[in-house]
Amino acid sequence: MSRYRKIFNRVLPALFLLVFFSINISSYAADGEALFKANCAACHKPDKDFTGPALQGWKDRVPAGDWIYKWIANSADLRESEPYAKALFAKWNKTQMTAFGSQLKKEDIDAILKYVDDWKPPVAGPTPGGQPQGSDDSLLFGILTLVLALIAFILLQVNSNLRKLSDEKEGVLRTEPVPFYKNKTYLMVGILLLFLVGGYYTINSAIGLGRQQQYQPEQPIFYSHKVHAGTNQISCLYCHGGAQDSKQASIPSVNVCMNCHKAINKYEGPDVLVRENGATVDGTAEIQKLYAYAGWNPTTKTYNSDNNNDGIPDGAKPIEWVKVHNLPDHVYFNHSQHIKVGKQQCQTCHGNIQEMPEVYQFAELSMGWCINCHRETKVDFYDKENGTGNKFYSIYEKFHQDIKNHKLDSVTVEKIGGTECQKCHY
Amino acid sequence: MSKKKYWQSFGELNHTESFQESTKNEFKEELLPLADLDDKGILDAKTPRRDFLKYLGFSTAAAAVAASCEMPVRKAVPYLKRPDDVIPGVANYYASTYVNGGDTISVVVKQRDGRPIKIEGNELSSITKGGTSAQAQASVLDLYDNTRLRYPMQKDGKGFKEVTSFDAFDKMVANSLAVVAGKPVVLLTSTVNSPSTLAIINEFIAKYPGSRHVQYDAVSYSGMLLANEVCYGKRAIPSYHFENAKVIVSLGADFLGTWLNLVEFAGQYAQNRKVTGEKPTLSRHFQFESMMSLTGSNADDRYTHKPSETGSIALALLTKLGMSLAPIKIADEKLLKGIEKAAAELNAHKGEALVVCGSNDANIQMIVNAINEQIGANGKTINWAITSNYKNGSDADVMKLVDDMNAGSIGAVFIQGVNPAYSLPNSKKFKDGLSKVVSVSFNGTMDETTELCKYIIPSHHWLESWGDAEPKTGYYSLLQPVINPLFKTRAYQTSLIKWSSAAGSLINDYETYFKTYWSSKLGSPDMYDKALQDGVVEPATMAIGSGTFNAGKLSDAADGIASIKTGVNEVVLYQKVSVGDGSQANNPWLQELPDPVSKVTWDNYVMMSPAMAKSLLNLDVMNQDGGKQSDYEVHPEKPVVKVTAENGAVVELPVIVLPGLNKDTIAIALGYGRESANKEETAINIGRSANGAGKNAYPLVSFNGTSLYSSMCRVEKTSAMYPLAQTQVHGFTESRPVIYETNLTSYSANPESILEEVTKEREAITIEGSKDFVKDATIYPDYEKPGIKWGMSIDLNTCTGCSACVVACTAENNVSVVGKRQVQRAHEMHWLRIDRYFTGDLENPDVVFQPMLCQHCDNAPCENVCPVAATNHSSEGLNQMTYNRCIGTRYCANNCPYKVRRFNWLDYTGADSFPDNQKPMLDKYMDESVMQMNEDLTRMVLNPDVTVRSRGVIEKCSFCVQRLQESKLDAKKHQDPTLVRNVKTACMQACPTHAISFGNVNDKESDVYKIRHVEQKHRSFYVLEQLHVLPNVSYLAKVRNTDRHIGVEEEHGGEMKKEEKAHA
Repeated sequence: MSRYRKIFNRVLPALFLLVFFSINISSYAADGEALFKANCAACHKPDKDFTGPALQGWKDRVPAGDWIYKWIANSADLRESEPYAKALFAKWNKTQMTAFGSQLKKEDIDAILKYVDDWKPPVAGPTPGGQPQGSDDSLLFGILTLVLALIAFILLQVNSNLRKLSDEKEGVLRTEPVPFYKNKTYLMVGILLLFLVGGYYTINSAIGLGRQQQYQPEQPIFYSHKVHAGTNQISCLYCHGGAQDSKQASIPSVNVCMNCHKAINKYEGPDVLVRENGATVDGTAEIQKLYAYAGWNPTTKTYNSDNNNDGIPDGAKPIEWVKVHNLPDHVYFNHSQHIKVGKQQCQTCHGNIQEMPEVYQFAELSMGWCINCHRETKVDFYDKENGTGNKFYSIYEKFHQDIKNHKLDSVTVEKIGGTECQKCHY
Repeated sequence: MSKKKYWQSFGELNHTESFQESTKNEFKEELLPLADLDDKGILDAKTPRRDFLKYLGFSTAAAAVAASCEMPVRKAVPYLKRPDDVIPGVANYYASTYVNGGDTISVVVKQRDGRPIKIEGNELSSITKGGTSAQAQASVLDLYDNTRLRYPMQKDGKGFKEVTSFDAFDKMVANSLAVVAGKPVVLLTSTVNSPSTLAIINEFIAKYPGSRHVQYDAVSYSGMLLANEVCYGKRAIPSYHFENAKVIVSLGADFLGTWLNLVEFAGQYAQNRKVTGEKPTLSRHFQFESMMSLTGSNADDRYTHKPSETGSIALALLTKLGMSLAPIKIADEKLLKGIEKAAAELNAHKGEALVVCGSNDANIQMIVNAINEQIGANGKTINWAITSNYKNGSDADVMKLVDDMNAGSIGAVFIQGVNPAYSLPNSKKFKDGLSKVVSVSFNGTMDETTELCKYIIPSHHWLESWGDAEPKTGYYSLLQPVINPLFKTRAYQTSLIKWSSAAGSLINDYETYFKTYWSSKLGSPDMYDKALQDGVVEPATMAIGSGTFNAGKLSDAADGIASIKTGVNEVVLYQKVSVGDGSQANNPWLQELPDPVSKVTWDNYVMMSPAMAKSLLNLDVMNQDGGKQSDYEVHPEKPVVKVTAENGAVVELPVIVLPGLNKDTIAIALGYGRESANKEETAINIGRSANGAGKNAYPLVSFNGTSLYSSMCRVEKTSAMYPLAQTQVHGFTESRPVIYETNLTSYSANPESILEEVTKEREAITIEGSKDFVKDATIYPDYEKPGIKWGMSIDLNTCTGCSACVVACTAENNVSVVGKRQVQRAHEMHWLRIDRYFTGDLENPDVVFQPMLCQHCDNAPCENVCPVAATNHSSEGLNQMTYNRCIGTRYCANNCPYKVRRFNWLDYTGADSFPDNQKPMLDKYMDESVMQMNEDLTRMVLNPDVTVRSRGVIEKCSFCVQRLQESKLDAKKHQDPTLVRNVKTACMQACPTHAISFGNVNDKESDVYKIRHVEQKHRSFYVLEQLHVLPNVSYLAKVRNTDRHIGVEEEHGGEMKKEEKAHA
């Protein structure tokens, strides 16, 4: 009995250590990412200049000390007095950076900077689970754990040898020691470790199955949202009108593209179109591709005639876009619910689409991600006194009472049942 | 507890041992794929460990393979040019008309992304008032039937070859007609009530002099048409007004089931069956019949007789009503008393009574006409100003055609919408005749008749067609296509136009003809557009007028009736509300729909009274000590009997013993036993669902001027057994009280008495001093429903059991078809079933139909036993089922007191990741009909808003949550909370009697709130309320208009006595 207790005494602290480290690592890394996306991603990219400078390598560029914290808290204070800040402001056409003093604490900034430093460009194509998205530190800590485990192992060996020696000295008879690879204690620790580590990675990759954040397939036509929605400021709903009427936002039919492209047959925008892999794209050639799909003759500026009587111009065919945002079959998602009723911005889920030359999946689109938003988002609750808000919610009389009595200050989507199973699964 | 006994089977009534044994095992698990274990249980079986390891290894490997798969690349393909009226993901609704033969129901078709997926009733129709039938609901599946013919064909040796173009086909037909020039061309169709088509047919006949149009109904009403021609000088069927009748006497007419138009009549009938106010009035319904029909099971008083006695009863009634015509003696005392009682009621309600008769014997129908004259029905409940055009076939014309064809005096026969090679009793002769003429079939599938034709040019399905129908004179209902023709088919009207129009004619197709016809008829293009949008063109008010009655031939009719011979045993042939005359036999939804009375699916059978079963088969179902009967009811295998009709036709069918039949009469359903000439090809040509479903009973029909659907017969025992899939006691309720019932007198005297017991019981389990049953009778907390609380109310008084709701639910919610073998094991998937309970007299019991669906209990027993919380409660009172979380323990189903949870035992839908899940099961466990539902073509019928469930998960009624969500979204978009007040679930919308109400109970203006708490508070009860599960479905207790004792008060005298039923 005592022997087993000893094993536990040895193993448990080690286990705690392992669990502690792993939890710590993941939470730290996730925070930085979330904070970066929420606060910085609109203007900064880790590796590339954007509205603001690329963030990687900041350590080598900025003055040492707490310059960086001051700058992030309020850049206006620095750029008058400090020379580097002055130069930086001038270099970026005097674009003012938002002051984050009240929003970001020092730890938050550390987390963001750490995330930025560790960031690596996403691999194109679907990422089918398997690779956990943890930072490089996991390797470091892994090695550390291994080294510690080795030391512990050696120490245990030394301990047992010493005891053996002292026993011999005192004349206590002991059975022949078992070699360590047959030692039940070691075997058990080994198995437990294997189970824990294996289980951790299995579960993590299983959760990732079917998710494809950052998925950025190559499309049949290099269609740049940055050119259309960003530079040319076309409203999202002009093309994706379904978003306000239907569950599907729907990809525009070719005739919608042709509404404008009958006239616009060349790409003459300010930006060079570049694929994710660095290759430049000839925008005009891409428009020509559209003409082929539409059955449009750019020289005569007419549609091809319909000689085979199928109701469409000869040679025209629909474009087979690669679907970027895929939800599992058992999920019901309705765009109009979110756009028309919830008054959400497209960017909430699709990211800064107006900055994307090629569309990638910005959000995780996992259930946890959906639920989180439903927990936090406030509904446009009807206010009887002022007559504001969505009148439908007038049926929630109890919540009106609670608001009146100051038991509630606002009603979230969750409150009206937004996290119940059959809101999305039926 | 109500002590009145309700029973679903004889075993339940008598508590036989084997029945009790069988109820212990709800899912019949011993019949599962592991059945090879020789009943020893899994642990004692030969190789459980090895098998376990095998399965473990396989599933691990499979999971590993699935896990390492890359995400598939999915394409999103938008339109090239999006039609203006289509928004992907938003459904459009188009008015059209369900037409099958003469059956006409105005409908609205739900079309989603270009595919019609659901049929709803058209509320603008004053005839059907938004109701539908099971057949209309199921007809959308026929559109996607894989056996539909895909192109025009011509006979080529034994088979057929494709004709490449319509022009080539037209030429071939023209050449063939030229060969037989001079001989008449006959157009053999079902009843045609389309005015534009009739016009085309007349033009066609004018072009081919001597030709004629023969209308043929598989189940004919020509006896009635003949009788009316004699009595009223008009070969027509009048309109009936059941809503104006205080007394209804039906002589075997199944007017709530299959007689003429169930949607119209059930709607009218229900108007007088609704209990309103403190002193309600109800119509009184007497039914005289030989078998237990759907209508009979709704009657207040019901009497059985041999089919040959129908005429005698009509004569006796007429005599009692003061017109003597040589009455025939009736021996049966009970029957005599019934006739007396019915006659007394009829006499007392002259001008507001109606007698209808289902017989196809012209003589009997003439006597019935005389009765209706005596009671002043003509011009009140029978309307001769507006006639019905549902059936117009003539048996005599068809017989003459068959003779003429054989005599060689016919040149060509064009067949549309009928299948005489199957449904004619003398089909052999018809087939012989058909080989002697040029034969062209317009039928859409390779049925028994079409496969004998020389040329086939399939016509569109009604959902692909333009068209019109005139169900009642002056009442039009229009058809418009809701999908482009799926195959190379052509409207038969177009063919007729092409083959008869002069060269260079402007109108070459039916679409143009139709538009021209209606634009000119309605006056302007705007009116035409409006008519198409509404779907109906009707006069503002319905004129009611009487006909001039001619009593001249009545004594001849009485003589005719006197000559009807009576046999020792007789057979009556009837139609089911599901399969009907057999034209939709390959519709798996209809085949799997349990017959409302017998609860049998997928087959027809011989229905037999317990007395006859005892004497013929030594099968004593009434015997309490078990013995032979126990096995009979518990096992699907039923003894087969051989029935020989008077005309010599023989059919061997299994026996279903049912109470309520005349003791010497058996009943067999028509419409089954579809079979190709080459038996092997039935599955391919006629379809996998029709293949092997029952036997053809049409040969038993006899002909005597008109087709007669009853005859003398000989019934013999055979040694064979045949399994039937009966759903009867799959949802057994352990003798718990589920129904409350009373008669009108005692309800009027004290409306509260009907639920007295349940009120007391409620008080008994509530904490003393508290009146709050919801909060103070449980240890569970009471959760708030702050916004919406969904609730349903079902009126047992107006539910006729027609089962339209069951098919509607199947279509709306992608409910799987499981096939006959799985139904035998109680694996049917219907989310909504209709429980049929017998009560009272054992030989002639009363029947109650109770639609049973998930009750969405607020204190649901299923929810707290789920280990993974896959089923839980929403703040709107919905019992939610989350398929992707369900691991299939089935604890919930075991714990459900209503037995409404369904488990996907097999991969019925093909939704599993492993494509080979189904095929290996095919021979032994799964039927081909399941695979039929999994074809790419058939799957187009699926509702894209509802998940298709995979194997291993539980499913159940969701209150059509997709509709609820849609209504809420709509209400939020329009900022109007009244839009969620009364929402329509699929079952509610389909119901022809509007027996179901649904809505937000929190809203005091909602229908369901008003019914529960204001209008019907004395009748509103919850099933098994005493369990304190707090259901969200309430029922309205049944009130019968009879002087017999019904329901609770029967028990005040003590134990139930069989003979207590007083017919005085």
